[in-house]
Amino acid sequence: MSPELIRMIASSTLDTLYMVGLAGLFGTLIGLPLGIFLATSQAGELFAAPIANRLIGVVVNATRSTPFIILVVAIVPLTRLIAGTSIGTAAATVPLTIAAIPFIARVIEAAIREVDHGLIEAARAFGASPLQIVRKVLLPEAMPAVTMALTLTIVSLLGYSAMVGAVGGGGLGDLGIRYGYQRFMPEVMLTVVLVLIALVQGVQTLGDTLARKLDKRRIRRH
Amino acid sequence: MNAPWQPPAGERPAFVSTQPTTGILIDRVRKVYSARKSSAEVVALDDISLTVPKGSILGVIGRSGAGKSTLIRLINGLDKPSSGRVVVNGVEITALSERDLRTARRSIGMVFQHFNLLSSRTAFGNVALPLEIAGTPKAEIEKRVLPLLDMVGLADKRDRYPAELSGGQKQRVGIARALATEPSVLLSDEATSALDPETTDQILELLKQINRDLHLTILFITHEMAVVKALADRVAVIEGGRIVEDGATFDVFATPRHEVTRRFVSSVTGSGAPDWLLEKLQPHQPPGGQAVLRITFKGSDANQPLLSRVSRDLGVNLNILSGQVEMIAGHPFGTLIVSLDAAPEVLRQVIAQLSAGNNLVEQLGYVA
Ligand SMILES: Nc1ncnc2c1ncn2[C@@H]1O[C@H](COP(=O)(O)OP(=O)(O)OP(=O)(O)O)[C@@H](O)[C@H]1O
Ligand SMILES: [Mg+2]
Repeated sequence: MSPELIRMIASSTLDTLYMVGLAGLFGTLIGLPLGIFLATSQAGELFAAPIANRLIGVVVNATRSTPFIILVVAIVPLTRLIAGTSIGTAAATVPLTIAAIPFIARVIEAAIREVDHGLIEAARAFGASPLQIVRKVLLPEAMPAVTMALTLTIVSLLGYSAMVGAVGGGGLGDLGIRYGYQRFMPEVMLTVVLVLIALVQGVQTLGDTLARKLDKRRIRRH
Repeated sequence: MNAPWQPPAGERPAFVSTQPTTGILIDRVRKVYSARKSSAEVVALDDISLTVPKGSILGVIGRSGAGKSTLIRLINGLDKPSSGRVVVNGVEITALSERDLRTARRSIGMVFQHFNLLSSRTAFGNVALPLEIAGTPKAEIEKRVLPLLDMVGLADKRDRYPAELSGGQKQRVGIARALATEPSVLLSDEATSALDPETTDQILELLKQINRDLHLTILFITHEMAVVKALADRVAVIEGGRIVEDGATFDVFATPRHEVTRRFVSSVTGSGAPDWLLEKLQPHQPPGGQAVLRITFKGSDANQPLLSRVSRDLGVNLNILSGQVEMIAGHPFGTLIVSLDAAPEVLRQVIAQLSAGNNLVEQLGYVA
C-alpha cells in the first residue's frame, strides 16, 4: 500500500471519528434530556405530562423508523442551513445527529426505566424534588445502563457514518466507495472494513469496561 | 406554614387530640382508588382514626391488602387521602403544598421492607443522601453521617456498597439514612419482613434503642404479631381498610376481641393444646388418671412463683405438659398446660389459687 493511501486512510479515519464524535456529543446533549423526559412523564410519574410524552414519542418513533438514507436526503435543506453545504464531513454530521437523537432518547429511556421504583419512593420520602431525583437517583443508578446504551449508539453511528459516505459524506465509508468500489482497489476496501471493525471493537471494549467499573451492584472481588 | 395545626373553631370532635404530646394524628381518613378500565373502585382505607403520642411506638398489623402501606404513605404525604386529615407534630400534612411537603418530610424518616438503598452509593453515600437533598453543607454531612453509622454498628462499613452488605446491614444503613435529617417521627413499612428471625430481633432491638435514646415517635406496619409483641407500646389491627381493634399491646394480646386479632395472637402464643394431648384427653377421670388444666396468664405478677407456691401449699405435684409463656410489655403472657393427681376437693382449691390475678384456668379433662 502506498504512503499516499495510508495517509488517506488515516485522514478518513479521523473524519469518521470526527463525525461520530460530534453526532454522539450533540445527540447525547439533546437525546439525554429527551430520554429522561420520556422515562418520567407518563401519567402519575415525576414530570407527568402524558400528552407531551405521547407527542414526543410519536416524533421519536417516526424519526427512528425512517431509513437513514432517506433521512439524509430528506433533511438536505436543514443540513444546508446548519452546515452551509450538503456535502462533506461537516454536513454529514447533521443527519447523523438527527438520527442519533431519537435513538439515544429511547435507549436512555429504557435505561432509566430500569431503575427500581422503590428508590424514587425513598427519595420522595426524604423530601427530594423531581429534579433532585433525576440528578441524585435516576442518573447515577442508571449510569451503567446509560454507558452501555451510549456505547451501542456510537457503534451504530460508526455504521451510519459509513453509509453517509455513499452520499458524499466523507470518512471511511466514502473512501471505501470511491477507491475500493469505484476504482476497484480491493485492498482499500479491505483496510476500510478492518479499521471499522477495530473501531467498533475498541468502542465496545471501552464501553463495557467503563460500565463494569460503574456498576456497583455486583460484589467486588478483592 | 409550619404553624401547629389547630382544628377550626366550632368543629372539634372529641377524639381529635390537639395536645402538643401528639406525634401523629390520623383523623377520619378515607382513601379510595378510583375505578380503572377493568378494575372496580377500591376503598383502601375507610374512616381511619389513630393517635400516636410523642415518643411512643404504634404497631399497625394487618393481612396482605389490608391497607397498611396505603396508610403509611399518607403520613408523609407520598399519597393524599380522599378525605380526612393527617397531622404530624402539629403540622397538617394533608394541607401542605408539594413544596412545603418536601420540607416537612425531613422530619419524618422512613424505613422500607426492601431497603431501597442506592446501589451506586456506599453506606456513607446512602446515609448522606437525605442531607444532600436538604442542602446540608459537605463538612456538616460528614459530621452527621459518621455518628449515625456508628450508632447502627456499621462504622467499619462506611465505604461498602449495598451489594457488599448483608440484609441486616442494609437495613441498618436504611435506618441510619432515615435518621440523617434528625426526624422526630420514624415510619417503617415491614422493615424486618425480608430478614431472618435473628436479624429481625437485632433490628427490632436497634429500633427500640433509637426510640429510647432519641425519643422518637415510631409508627410501624407489619403482618407479624411477633414484631408487634417485641416493639409496640400500642397496636392497631387493620382489616379491609378499617381499624378493627386497637389498644395497649398487652391488652390486645390478653383479650383479643376481633377474629383477625385472635388469629394473629394465636400465631405467636400458641394458646391451643398440642395435638398429642388432645388425642389422649378423656372427659371422665380414669382410675389413677390426672386432671389437665390450662392456665392462661394475662399479666399477673411475674415475681410470684405461682406454681411452686400452689404445689407447696396444697401438697400436689404439677406436671407441665406444654406451654409457652412470654413477657409482653413486662408482664407474663401465654398458656401453660399442667396435669395433677388430686382429689376433687383439692382440685377446686388448686384452680382457685391458680386463678389469682388475671389468670384464666380451665379444666380440659383427664389423662390416664
Ligand atoms: N395505586 C393503587 N391503585 C389501586 N389500588 C391500590 C393502589 N395501591 C393499593 N391499592 C389497593 O389498596 C388495598 C390496600 O393495599 P396496601 O398496599 O395498602 O396493602 P398492604 O396492607 O400494605 O398489603 P401488603 O401486606 O401485601 O403490603 C389493596 O386492595 C390494593 O390492591
Ligand atoms: Mg404493604
